This record gives sequence, structure tokens and C-alpha cells, in this order.
Amino acid sequence: MATITEQPPETKAKASPPVNSQPEAAPGKTLVLGAVFGLIFGFLLQKGGVAKFHVLIGQLMLVDFTVLKVMLSAVVVGALGIHFMHRAGLVELHIKPTRYASNIIGGLLFGVGFALSAYCPGTGAAALGQGNYDAIAMMIGMIGGSYLFAEASGWIGRHIDPIGDRGKLTLHDVIPVNRTGLVVAFAAVLVIVLVAIETLGGR
Amino acid sequence: MGNPFLKKQWSPYLVGLGIGVLSWFAFATADHPLGITTAFEHGAAMIGQAIAPTLAENNEYFSEETPKISWETMLVVGVFFGALMSSAWSGDREKTVVPAIWEQRFGPSVAGRLTAAFFGAGLMMFGARLAQGCTSGHGISGTLQLAASSWVFSILFFGTGIITALLMYGRKGVTHV
Repeated sequence: MATITEQPPETKAKASPPVNSQPEAAPGKTLVLGAVFGLIFGFLLQKGGVAKFHVLIGQLMLVDFTVLKVMLSAVVVGALGIHFMHRAGLVELHIKPTRYASNIIGGLLFGVGFALSAYCPGTGAAALGQGNYDAIAMMIGMIGGSYLFAEASGWIGRHIDPIGDRGKLTLHDVIPVNRTGLVVAFAAVLVIVLVAIETLGGR
Repeated sequence: MGNPFLKKQWSPYLVGLGIGVLSWFAFATADHPLGITTAFEHGAAMIGQAIAPTLAENNEYFSEETPKISWETMLVVGVFFGALMSSAWSGDREKTVVPAIWEQRFGPSVAGRLTAAFFGAGLMMFGARLAQGCTSGHGISGTLQLAASSWVFSILFFGTGIITALLMYGRKGVTHV
């Protein structure tokens, strides 16, 4: 408390926003909660087999559809649940902004990198957990890629992000019909896609 | 029937259901979508600060996004241990450096595989940071909110991934998978 009087001149001397010498940590409860969610997520990814090299590459080679089955069924369940919870005022939505240039270039780079490494960021952590040690190189590469991005982010923010910036665009803005009807129809379409994958013989 | 936790493989639909329900709880209790990218952003910021503090201090990006141990950091740590537990209980341990399919196509070189994993992952994370999400953040958490950004990103990365994999492994690779 007594040190408060000494703080103003010090903060003035540091004109740039303060970068703490110690990494900040979120409150303990938040961290424990994150770990619990991660444990369940990693457990499920491993049990689904989607952290395995042959399953991931098999999906990209279009001979094993396990990855799409897991993802689409998660999206169906998630979309219905989150929509009704949001309607009931229980949850906030977290929509990522649509910026066409960034989304498109990001998607292209991600796709090439995904095929090269075979594990995506989440399944890479799970692959390492189940004993795929090549994922260690992948973790280091991901930190490197993230660091490079941070170095380039000022330029990207000025020159790339503004191209085709549409803000928090969703399907509801594109198709302005009843929100619940749209979510249910959307889920139904994904179920049809899943049934089609299953009947057309994807593993 | 046996203990399901000891089984090596669950139905993909059961796993999808589980991840979907998990996303409800993530939104409800933590007010966070399930996403992996953010942890690497925080991780890179912390390492950058440790290795080159002056560089990090001058970086406009790190001054906005303070390096920290976050919910997302613990999520990634949790994913590692969750997969470790799952595979240990069921005996489904991989214990390999060079995956079999990779070896068939590109040979047994450990350095070769690690190089591809390193640069592939770097490219992937740069793309994920640019688009603000990965397979989890956009592919599941974003698409389920019907976000346009997430659908554009997910369709493109899947398409590009398919083309790249077919170029890398060729039509022959299909029979080996």
C-alpha cells in the first residue's frame, strides 16, 4: 500500500506499455478448470483414434473418414446445445471475425502444414501423449510459427487483416430467417452428410 | 462388456458427442471455446520474453497480448495427459518417432521426419494465428456457432490438406493406408 505513491513517476518513465518480467498467471481455479477440460478432450481424441498418423493422413487421402465423423458429430451436438443455451441466456457466443484475406491465406498455409506434419495443434499434443515422439518437433515448430507470426503481426494487422473485413459474420447474417430454424436445419444437413459418409463406405 | 476406459477405440460418434457436450461446458463454465492456438501464442510470448526481453518489449504485438499461463495453456497440458492416460490404460501406446506410413513413402530417416514435422507445424501455426484458430478453435468451436470465418477457414484447410497429402503420398499411398 505504501508503495503506491512511488508508482506514478515510474510508470511515466516507461512510456511503452509495461511488459512484466514475470509471466502472468490466471487465477488458480481457471487453470484447474482448463486442465480438466484438456484431460477430457485429450482422452476423447485418443479414444477416437484421431491423434494417430494413419487416421489423420487417411482422412486427407479420403480413405478413412474417422476425423470428419468425430468433427461433424461434435459440431452437430455443440451447435444445438450452444444455440439453446445462448437463447436461454446461459452462455455468450465467441465468434471469430471474418477477414477474408486472413482466413483464406491462413487456411491455405494451415492445410499444407497439416499434411506435412499430419497432426494438427490439438491432436499433436494428444499424439505426443500417446507416444508419437515426432510430435516434439511439431510442438517446437508451432512455438516457432507463433513467434514468427507475432513478429509479423503489426504489418499483417495493417495490410492483410483489413482486406475483406466483415466483422463477426455468421450464417444468421447471410440467411436472415428464424435463428432456431436455421440451427436445426444446419444440424440436419450435417447429419445427412454423416449418413452419406457412412453409407458410401468410409471407414 | 468390460470397462470402456480400457478399450482402445471408441465409436467416432460417441467421441464426437463427448466433444460436443464438452464444448457446452467450456462455454458455460469457463466462458471459453475449446481452442488450442491461443496457448501457443502465450507460450511463444513467454519464451520470446525470456530469450530476448528487449525485442519482446519493442514488439507491439506482445504489448497487447501479455505472456501468461492461461486457461488455454492448461488445456493443452491437459490434452497431453488425457491422451497419455487413455493410451496407458488401454495399452494403445505408439512409441514411435517415424510413423509407418511416412517410412514407407519417405524412408526411415528420423531427421527427415522431424524436419517435416517442424516446418509443417510452423507453417500450420502461422496460418492458424493469421486466421485466429485451428482445427479446434475454428473447425469445431467456430463452425458450431455458424461463424463465416470458421467455415471459410475449415473448408480451405481441409481442401488444401487433401491436395497436399495426395501430392506427397501419391495414389499409391492410398492402398498402404
